[in-house]
Amino acid sequence: MSSQAIARARRRADFAQVLREPVVVITILAIFAMLALFIIYPIYAVFRLSLTQDGGFSTAVYQDLFSRVRYVRSITNSILLGTVVATLATIVGFVFAFAIYRGGIRFRGFFQTMAILPIISPPFMFALSVILLFGRNGLITARLLGLDTSGIYGLPGLVLVQTINLFPIAYLTLSGILQGIDPDVETCAMNLGASRFTVFRTITLPLAKPGILAAWLVVFVSSMTDFGNPIMIGGSFDVLSVQAYLEFTGMGNLPRGAALAVLLLIPTVMVYFLQKYIMGRGSYATITGKSSKRGKPNSSPALRALLTVFCLGITVIVVLFYGTIIVGSFVRLWGVDWSFTLRHFNYSWDVGLSTLRNTIFLALIATPITALMGTAIAFLVMRKRFPGRNAMSLLAMLSYAIPGTAIGIGYVLAFNVAPFRWSGTAFILVTAYVFRHVPIAVESGIAALKQISPEIEESSTNLGASSARTFQNVTLPLIKPAFFAGATFSFVRSMTAISAIIFLVSARWNHVTVLILAQTEIMRLGVASVMSFILILIIMAVIGIMMKLTGLKRDQVFSSGQ
Amino acid sequence: MEQQTIDRSAAAEFAADPKDSRKPDYLVLKDIVKDFVDGSGGIVRAVNSVSLSVSKGEFVTLLGPSGCGKTTTLRMIAGFESPNGGTIHLDGKDITQVPPFQRNMPMVFQSYALFPHLTIFDNIAYGLKLRGVSREEMRHDVAVASQMVNLVGLEKRYPGELSGGQQQRVALARALVLKPDIILFDEPLSNLDAKLRIQTRTEIKRVQQLLGITALYVTHDQSEALSLSDQIVIMNKGEIVQQGPPEEIYNEPKTPFVSDFIGNANFLDGEVVDVQNDKVTISVDRAKFVLPASRCPRDIASGEAVLLSVKPEAIRVTGSAGAGAELTGKIDVSAFVGPITEYKIVFGDGIITALQPNRPGKTHVHRSGEEVALEFEMESLRAYRA
Ligand SMILES: Nc1ncnc2c1ncn2[C@@H]1O[C@H](COP(=O)(O)OP(=O)(O)OP(=O)(O)O)[C@@H](O)[C@H]1O
Ligand SMILES: [Mg+2]
Repeated sequence: MSSQAIARARRRADFAQVLREPVVVITILAIFAMLALFIIYPIYAVFRLSLTQDGGFSTAVYQDLFSRVRYVRSITNSILLGTVVATLATIVGFVFAFAIYRGGIRFRGFFQTMAILPIISPPFMFALSVILLFGRNGLITARLLGLDTSGIYGLPGLVLVQTINLFPIAYLTLSGILQGIDPDVETCAMNLGASRFTVFRTITLPLAKPGILAAWLVVFVSSMTDFGNPIMIGGSFDVLSVQAYLEFTGMGNLPRGAALAVLLLIPTVMVYFLQKYIMGRGSYATITGKSSKRGKPNSSPALRALLTVFCLGITVIVVLFYGTIIVGSFVRLWGVDWSFTLRHFNYSWDVGLSTLRNTIFLALIATPITALMGTAIAFLVMRKRFPGRNAMSLLAMLSYAIPGTAIGIGYVLAFNVAPFRWSGTAFILVTAYVFRHVPIAVESGIAALKQISPEIEESSTNLGASSARTFQNVTLPLIKPAFFAGATFSFVRSMTAISAIIFLVSARWNHVTVLILAQTEIMRLGVASVMSFILILIIMAVIGIMMKLTGLKRDQVFSSGQ
Repeated sequence: MEQQTIDRSAAAEFAADPKDSRKPDYLVLKDIVKDFVDGSGGIVRAVNSVSLSVSKGEFVTLLGPSGCGKTTTLRMIAGFESPNGGTIHLDGKDITQVPPFQRNMPMVFQSYALFPHLTIFDNIAYGLKLRGVSREEMRHDVAVASQMVNLVGLEKRYPGELSGGQQQRVALARALVLKPDIILFDEPLSNLDAKLRIQTRTEIKRVQQLLGITALYVTHDQSEALSLSDQIVIMNKGEIVQQGPPEEIYNEPKTPFVSDFIGNANFLDGEVVDVQNDKVTISVDRAKFVLPASRCPRDIASGEAVLLSVKPEAIRVTGSAGAGAELTGKIDVSAFVGPITEYKIVFGDGIITALQPNRPGKTHVHRSGEEVALEFEMESLRAYRA
């Protein structure tokens, strides 16, 4: 028998086992049906519209796009922005991770918090801070320096904001990698006569290289797909995500909006899978969380001082950004009248309360569905052999790489028409949350399952439990921490979502982030600050409550935010 | 005195119906084949045409070196792997395609595979719950099972709060509580320290006998296999090389592999110098040995090269090498290990192992470098074709 024949025989036998359990079969089919309907079909709709003209296949939309400087520039701008931000954020993230896990700086706990805090902020919150600090009426630009400038709008502002917003992603990836490197290896190198710098250059850096590359790529994708920051302070610096939105909703040029979304989608999906490939193949260090031993810090006192100053500098910026929002919530008119007031709160209460309630309500509905579905997918992919297993994991992860803009446009195109006509309903918003965030739950589920010996589940089967019973009685309780961490983070993401949601909200079901954006656009910065402030408070409260209730550690919650 | 941890009165409750004990062909494997495809696309034949018949109530051990396919065979019996060919019958029924959770063959895993999130009670009760047993019955059965393996008082703890030996007994109780007809063990003792291992294996044997359960036991420890089994099945490279009761396997190994694996035999290169009726003369170096033909390969002829196997305990190291000694060697390493002394002796071109019993007051331990005279017990010699 050839190896193909054996592999085929094995697949057939495994599949026969799966077929004997109707619950498993039904779950697999249901998941595939949903992934097809809510991920493939909308994306297909985007492609189809962008490639149609007068009812037939045509590349005219793209030809038209590429002939106009404005759109070509938005492509190059997006790539430029992504490259610059990915590079800076990876450097900042690496320095933080190195300082904390290898550099032996003091106040590690504090810096750890600071390095992950920006992850839970709404994506445009720092943009709002930057407008308050460096805008035309900015505290620093106008008041302290006496400048009348809007120079922060555009590339410089975006780079600043996105770097602060996204470096935690790089930090989380790299701290996992650095913790995974056995400190004994470094000690050994030093023992063999290498200087500190040589150890760093010949051991630490090469071992971390795949992680650095992967971190760069993830940040690149996140920067390209970001919508909230560029729409607020992009100014005349056009990027794809914003252009797609403006064409689609503002100009009503649906095909052109779709085409721009496609142009955004292709590189991000490619880069995302490149990153998966690199992490899957090239990492020598296993990323299994905490290392048992803490190695001797590889740094001299001078270097430690330098690292501390650097981390402190970034921390000051983060704190300044948060502080600005808080102060902005309480002053009458930023830049003009600094007197204390609560009127923004009153106004927000009147305008935003029902939206806030709806936002929380929908996020609360979507969260358990997301977590359960993600865990079920992780279980099936890790523990069951069936045809299409790889396709399922690929599809489930795909929605992570697809820009929210493309999903939003896709949902409008796919579900605003017969037979669905779901536009403006709560259902479409919940669906968008679930399928946007299911990869978070899948990832944390897979990571948890890797830690659990399959023998424990086999022993349950051996004692007479079907797969469904085993999942319910053994698997789910064992991966509970991952389940709740995934749930917490998908809740956070649902609360801070904007890029897809902005296409789907209605007067009845609005989202608080969309409201904040609207307030910023009409320069009600005080109200926007209040709403951002409250949003952050709610998110922190929810994370705190989750940690209390489930005994999760902070790192467990945040590691699913990568 | 050895601590008695099996409660006989408790065990009596779970005992199987004795009337059909020793029913032949209870579990039958026929021409089982299992192939795996490894990472690089190559084929690994883990199990090759294994046929095996186990009587009811029998203790059968699969013994063989690492990677010989023992676990794979056991997992096919439990239903975790499907064979590429062959059938498995239990009590006359073909179970080859029955899913694992319907087989009722509890397995004791090497890692114990206890459910870390459940108490000891819930671990043991797990299978009963799935079978819809009533609460009172469950409580009763779990109590009996815990008593049987001496876990009373630990029911409320979690697996992480038990010692390795206790965890092992939970795994055993969890299987026994189902009153199974057949129970599978995959190296259940390999995570215990040496002393506990010997104690626990005695307990396993005792329970198995008391309850009349059929046991299939995988190990690569020959002393475990010898002491536990009614039948030993020796496997090598996915195939069965010999099977039979322990004494037979030990005393009449069919191949040098079995001889080596089960008895750690020494092998000497020899040559047949004479064949007469039922006597074969073999020369090794200067020495000559006369063996009955029954312990030589069939149709062996003069001039053929053979391997002569000698068990370490069948070599006597008799004082200093005097003039008349036929066989002499030089002590390379001598290791005193209590009841015996183990010698590595330079003999001819190689090194052989000899085990000498120590008796108080009468023991002389030879030092390394000493020249010694050797005597082989002729009854233990066997010849194989080289
Ligand atoms: N899933 C698998 N894929 C590929 N090869 C496998 C797989 N499982 C087992 N094998 C191979 O099959 C052979 C038999 O493995 P098995 O686990 O049955 O050995 P074993 O006798 O139990 O060994 P040990 O005493 O070390 O536990 C080995 O060569 C092993 O590498
Ligand atoms: Mg094994």
